[in-house]
Amino acid sequence: MSDKLPDDLHYTKSHEWVRTLPDGGVEIGITDHAQQALGDLVFVELPEPGRRVAPGESCAVVESVKAASDIYSPVGGVVIASNAALATTPELLNQAPYGAGWLMRIALDDQGARQGLLDADGYAALLAEEQN
Amino acid sequence: MGLKTPLYDTHVRESAKLVDFGGWDLPLHYGSQLDEHHAVRRAAGVFDVSHMGVLDLAGTRAREFLRSLLANDVAKLTAPGRGLYSCMLRDDGGVLDDLIVYRRGETEYRLVVNAGTRDKDRDWIRARAAAYEVTVEERTDLALLAVQGPAARDAVATLLPPPQREVLLGLGVFACADLGSWFLARTGYTGEDGFEIALPAVEVQALWESLRAAGVRPAGLGARDSLRLEAGLSLYGSELDEAHDPIASGLAWTVAFDPVERRFVGRDAVERARSASPAQLVGLLLEERGILRSHQIVTTDRGRGETTSGGFAPTLGRSIALARVPAGSGMQVSVEIRGKAVAARTVKTPFVRHGRPLINL
Repeated sequence: MSDKLPDDLHYTKSHEWVRTLPDGGVEIGITDHAQQALGDLVFVELPEPGRRVAPGESCAVVESVKAASDIYSPVGGVVIASNAALATTPELLNQAPYGAGWLMRIALDDQGARQGLLDADGYAALLAEEQN
Repeated sequence: MGLKTPLYDTHVRESAKLVDFGGWDLPLHYGSQLDEHHAVRRAAGVFDVSHMGVLDLAGTRAREFLRSLLANDVAKLTAPGRGLYSCMLRDDGGVLDDLIVYRRGETEYRLVVNAGTRDKDRDWIRARAAAYEVTVEERTDLALLAVQGPAARDAVATLLPPPQREVLLGLGVFACADLGSWFLARTGYTGEDGFEIALPAVEVQALWESLRAAGVRPAGLGARDSLRLEAGLSLYGSELDEAHDPIASGLAWTVAFDPVERRFVGRDAVERARSASPAQLVGLLLEERGILRSHQIVTTDRGRGETTSGGFAPTLGRSIALARVPAGSGMQVSVEIRGKAVAARTVKTPFVRHGRPLINL
């Protein structure tokens, strides 16, 4: 299975990760488990900066050789950046899911909105559960 | 747990991601579908296709029987050692299966049929073969490998002793030969050169290892699908099914209408379709960003159609599809992807052959 999960991130049940940035905003991506399950990624559709997203709202689409998958925003806020490199190199999602394969950055509406996310241990338990 | 080919344990050892395919546990990929796709276009890959059905037919009237059974005409196989692609039709022209028929001897033929249809095919063929006193043997004792790519021929040749190597290297496209316990045919499903090899199941493991040692890369169903799509080849269950005749599925060229006196199952229906088919199969190239998938709605100047297969074409770096659209549709069409209409244009297939794009991007 996947290597040790980064413990400075938070996770969702739908296999996104959330990184808190120094300015208080968050960066969002998909987990190593998600990219492995999807297979080679070949297309990514990201929201325009300035778009407002609600927690749980479908805000992006990643398409692998196999299928298209919605990405759900783990938080509510305004998109301040999306990863332009993915337009030409979607394989970054496979190669570096926690780094260069980030999807977007969001300025939070409400600092409390991160409640309900899993920590690394909680997400590891979810993966173990899904495997059984 | 599904059905397993003789190479199941090998696939597990090769870290395959296994999926259910028509009841069989088969490799989807061995790490990266894209890498496997490129390996076949640029070098060589090997596919375990042992789930496909092999039917051996024999009898003095075997030729006559097959001329009545298949939409293509086995009379084209004027001597042993040749293969022919054909549809097998119902009376109403619906496609029961697409297959390759090989002539192995004066009165011996071999059919290689799809996995999902093999039981249906065997029963259909047996029910009609009896009247011609033709025997039908299902060869479940055989395994089947497809070795494909520009380096496939040399890789297979090095595994054979010199006299057999000569025979192999002398085989033209769609030719076949029995070499010892192996049956080799210069056929495939990728748009590249290569061979399909039927051999006793007990020998397949050793062949697999030898091919691996010769630098041939394992490739799974994922790459098999993207390669055949780029090659513009139909997949039974996607482009082909019992609800459509070969004319509406882009396979008119495989139906032998001459000689006119040859009666084959489905002839009357395909003749009617030939003069007035409401539908045609076309290749599509997506002109905007996104990925085409199967069962998306296609709007043309003649009405609506549907994609039968679609995906990302690794060799082109673009998305392509096959689609069934109203006959006479124009080049510019739109496809509905996730509720949004995007522009695509029809192109002549194959999209890719022998490693090179054949369409303008």
